[in-house]
Amino acid sequence: MILQTRDIGKTFGSVLALRGVSMGVAEGTVTCVLGDNGAGKSTLIKILSGVHQHDTGSYLVDGAEVRFSSPREALDRGIATVYQDLAMIPLMSVWRNFFLGSEPRKGPAFDVARARRVAAEELRAMGIDIRDVDQPVGTLSGGERQSVAIARAVHFGARVLILDEPTSALGVKQAGVVLRYIARARDRGLGVVFITHNPHHAYPVGDRFLLLNRGTSMGEYAKADLGKDELTALMAGGAELEELAHELRRE
Amino acid sequence: MTAAPARADERVARVGLARRLIVRPELGAVVGLVAVFAFFAAQSEVFRSPAGIANWLDPAATLGIMAVAVALLMIGGEFDLSAGVLTGTSGLILVTLATRYGFGVWPAMLAGLVVALAVGFANGLVVTRTKLPSFIVTLGTFLMLQGVNLGVTKAITGTVQVGGLRRAPGFDGASAVLAGTIQIGGTSFRVAILWWIAITALATWVLMRSRPGNWIFAVGGDEQAARAVGVPAARTKIALFMTTAVAAWLVGSILALRYTSVQANIGIGQEFIYIIAAVIGGCLLTGGYGSAVGASIGAVIFGMADKGIVFLGWDADWFKFFLGAMLLLATLANRMVRRYAEEVRR
Repeated sequence: MILQTRDIGKTFGSVLALRGVSMGVAEGTVTCVLGDNGAGKSTLIKILSGVHQHDTGSYLVDGAEVRFSSPREALDRGIATVYQDLAMIPLMSVWRNFFLGSEPRKGPAFDVARARRVAAEELRAMGIDIRDVDQPVGTLSGGERQSVAIARAVHFGARVLILDEPTSALGVKQAGVVLRYIARARDRGLGVVFITHNPHHAYPVGDRFLLLNRGTSMGEYAKADLGKDELTALMAGGAELEELAHELRRE
Repeated sequence: MTAAPARADERVARVGLARRLIVRPELGAVVGLVAVFAFFAAQSEVFRSPAGIANWLDPAATLGIMAVAVALLMIGGEFDLSAGVLTGTSGLILVTLATRYGFGVWPAMLAGLVVALAVGFANGLVVTRTKLPSFIVTLGTFLMLQGVNLGVTKAITGTVQVGGLRRAPGFDGASAVLAGTIQIGGTSFRVAILWWIAITALATWVLMRSRPGNWIFAVGGDEQAARAVGVPAARTKIALFMTTAVAAWLVGSILALRYTSVQANIGIGQEFIYIIAAVIGGCLLTGGYGSAVGASIGAVIFGMADKGIVFLGWDADWFKFFLGAMLLLATLANRMVRRYAEEVRR
């Protein structure tokens, strides 16, 4: 396991946002974190990515306990997070975005030629088909933007990729494209933490599934132990969904 | 500016020169420049003579130095309304220290620089710490400096101006460097024009070819996203406010050395002209987009109109009307150009 939590918890004032969650992600595997709105998914990934610090339990990277005080610290340990909304600057070109915050240098200058070339190469290596790295990111589709952000994290030596709802705002086809890049990142040996509320996106690509509900863990399952229907049922709170089906049935 | 991609994509049509030009932020300003030049040059022979050019490049230079700095700040997503009055503060410090307290001109300028840097730092610190709009924060600084300029000058001299810089030690050297003239082909040009060109070149290099340049676009485009990928957003913004302050100090010193006296109310109202020049040059009011060259071209348009109206023998009040019309046209043009740019690239 590259990254592991043991009974991790977080409170905001009197609100218990997260209680006793244990999970892990190994090299070359995808761990999906599933849960409805308010289940604690965001709190968990913010702890993993260094935005928040946990109050209880322990957080281990490479088997040693850590406590990150900033996202930069997590990034230095190879834990990169791609957020759904704040991934890119729309008016800046793809290559400027790609190297933002870690620009290659040539003397005192920003090595623009290299940035352009490397961005184009890295995108192609991930199988991402961007027409022109000079175009502003604002002109890319949502899926393309997510893909560029993933390629960027991979290029900068991420060992663990945390993806915050990368498919939730996308259409079926676009979501498929992003899932393919998740699989490709996994094949390159990265550990992926994939946050979603859509079991249909999680199941095909995931190796392990952590289910959250109201801030607590409903268990972490390996793919072999859990069918897709079970996953969907667990997600929706099983019994609740059946009840709803009854309610909605025509008399 | 486009490097050839390693493998051409069949969906990217060969982008023609015209289209590549139109996606530049300076385009609107260049069109305006040509139109304004043609208008005045057609009616006034003096306007298009070398002496005339030297004449309208002079106000363009001091305005241009400020407009370039303000453009960088606006690309970084902030405003500085105190920049105009700060030119006055810097000039007043220079003249007061050099004429009343026995400072040489150079040490007095250094003192002015220290104060300007402190004001810029304070502006930046308050804006980044409190997250208040810079419009409000620097409006406060603007009013405070305006009060200090008048209050302190009155308290020291009993009048609203300080003068007599010519007699201060070191005046000749400083004046030659900042306020002198140079001869080019028999016409004398103000040396401030060289400072302006050098600053425009430096600012363009920083924006397009340095890491801080990338950060400036980023903090203006989306500060949250920039911070998330490790851009030192607060430091970038504070540095931008300090850059504007240094420009104000430079312009204040140039003007003080040129006229050898400074009015306590100088610079009031200029801050909007800097912003207007930057907007004409393609800067978005919302930040994240613009150019230093564009702001300089905006300043040239102002210089032309300022002097051109006089050459034509019109009432100088028409300048204000021109100012408003240019701003409106430029903002509309910028919006259209940007929209077109994004469509072209799609």
